[in-house]
Amino acid sequence: MSTVQTSLPAGAVASGEPSWWSRLQTNRNFIALWFMLPAAAFLILFLAYPLGLGVWMSFTDEKIGRTGIFVGLENYEWLWDDAIFWLAVFNTLLYTIVASAIKFAIGLYLALLLNRRMPFKAIIRAIVLIPFIVPTVLSAIAFWWIYDAQFSIISWSLIKLGIINHNIDFLGDTNWARASVIIANIWRGVPFVAITLLAGLQTVSPSLYEAATLDGATNWQRFRYITYPLLTPIIAVVMTFSVLFTFTDFQLIWALTRGGPVNATHLMATLSYQRGIISGRLGEGAAIATAMIPFLLAAIAISWFGMQRRKWQQGSDQ
Amino acid sequence: MSSVHIRDVRKSFGGFEVLHGVTIPIDDGEFVVLVGPSGCGKSTLLRMLAGLENITSGTISIGERVVNNVQPKERDIAMVFQNYALYPHMTVADNMGFSLKLRGARPEDIKKGVARAAEILALTPLLDRYPRQLSGGQRQRVAMGRAIVRDPQVFLFDEPLSNLDAKLRVAMRTEIKELHQRLKTTTVYVTHDQIEAMTMADKIVVMHDGIVEQMGSPLDLYDKPDNQFVAGFIGSPAMNFLNGHLKANGQAYVETDNGAKLPLATAPAASDGRPVVYGVRPEHLELAGDGIEAEVVVVEPTGSETQIVARIGSQDIIAVFRDRHDVNPGEKIHLRPRASAAHLFDKDNGRRI
Repeated sequence: MSTVQTSLPAGAVASGEPSWWSRLQTNRNFIALWFMLPAAAFLILFLAYPLGLGVWMSFTDEKIGRTGIFVGLENYEWLWDDAIFWLAVFNTLLYTIVASAIKFAIGLYLALLLNRRMPFKAIIRAIVLIPFIVPTVLSAIAFWWIYDAQFSIISWSLIKLGIINHNIDFLGDTNWARASVIIANIWRGVPFVAITLLAGLQTVSPSLYEAATLDGATNWQRFRYITYPLLTPIIAVVMTFSVLFTFTDFQLIWALTRGGPVNATHLMATLSYQRGIISGRLGEGAAIATAMIPFLLAAIAISWFGMQRRKWQQGSDQ
Repeated sequence: MSSVHIRDVRKSFGGFEVLHGVTIPIDDGEFVVLVGPSGCGKSTLLRMLAGLENITSGTISIGERVVNNVQPKERDIAMVFQNYALYPHMTVADNMGFSLKLRGARPEDIKKGVARAAEILALTPLLDRYPRQLSGGQRQRVAMGRAIVRDPQVFLFDEPLSNLDAKLRVAMRTEIKELHQRLKTTTVYVTHDQIEAMTMADKIVVMHDGIVEQMGSPLDLYDKPDNQFVAGFIGSPAMNFLNGHLKANGQAYVETDNGAKLPLATAPAASDGRPVVYGVRPEHLELAGDGIEAEVVVVEPTGSETQIVARIGSQDIIAVFRDRHDVNPGEKIHLRPRASAAHLFDKDNGRRI
């Protein structure tokens, strides 16, 4: 492209302008498009397509082994009058709200604790992550034994201590079952919250705490006026994920209770699986799964507003 | 306002002692600058004064009160941090009023206090901004405003200007000094920049490896450095040091290893032939036909003056001239130290002779 002649008349320079093709080749947006294509293809193939298929299926009466025909909102009308579906909605909301709130409280507490100077800090942080890295089903089986009607170590300990005299039927009683699965979910979910919040805490400059100390802040005031406001953006992110994970939980429930006793621990995800795959009514199962979408969108919307960059985070002038 | 007394203070981290018994008296209203290279313990000492580090032994008192075991917030001090430590989620006004708020002051009193400090520092138009929306110099002023609002006994500054560009640093230097002249609050200021120390201090404390090398007024330190370290640290460009032997018979002079004769004004109380270090500041060298021959290595004009790096034997020497001389690298020049401004140090322990 480079030319030795630099004294050409102005008119002649036009012919030396790069063609539209070579301009396109150096266009950043054009190149970006190509770089994004593989990722986009994956997302479309493995996320958007199945999601669309699922939503479509919820408007059909498809069963395993039989292609469905379009039935409009019939599946939804059917679910509207289904008490078990509404029980599953209630269970899911209860499970999500209680588990997320407690995960947040314990996670924040652990993060604050781990952010302090202490011996063996690295090892303790690694230990905290264990519940997160153990496969769900494996930990569910462990909980299954802990909650076993006959061999529960909790019942055994309490009996030995003389606090109770009968085994507790953790997974056989409605309320005990709900509490049990929530506790198991909390155990698994706390590390994610704790480690993420810890990462957030570590971005807070220690000199802010020193400045606050000199300004006369007590421990509580340092948390209230420095830590908490600076952590809110990360809290919003981590709690969004935590709520989404909890709301769509399936493995833990399926391994522990399969929705029982008397559907007391059925979540929307497990009910969808039971109706769609086990009973073979794919259309109805898809409708239950699709019914989760509005709830999830609501959760995302709430945290989206929560996550909006606060004024103090903006760099430019007003 | 208060005097501050630091008496034989030591500090160890684990088994490692970083401050080896430091004693510094600070008068009421005095502006004291702790200066030294990084790692000399000056910031640690300041943090001990603030109450952010424990005192291993010795005492620190503010006014009449020993504060070793007094909580930071009870010490009635205010500190300006190197990175300003402004609360990013609070406006300038909230940042400045935070300490008053924690103290439980009434909102109108907070407002009044903030307004007064903002006025002093010309921050009034910025009170509703967030730290992110401010320039480096403005942030620096907010950090000072936060200190002023509290009207403390002592101001502590921890390298407050090191994050600013050179021009702003000079401006803020003046501003801080002016502020001190106005408020007359006892101030302890830590820096590694000897120019800041020279220009601002009533008293400079030069620290090195956890001890105080020398303390005194800026010009005392410049004119009569106690030892080679202080001599080399204070003054820019740094003092030239030439190794040699003292010749005390008759008119005293120092003979360098390659035979050059360096003049002395008075005969020092030291024996003939003793190995010494001859110190002369770059501004005390003049061009003279009977000077020591040196080969010009680099010529650095700054406009107001010209620095010439020249080589005598194997040693480099820097000379600064107000006049413009037409010299070029490779040329020979003759440099003569001004005898009355020469310093002599013991070769072994670096002490002034």
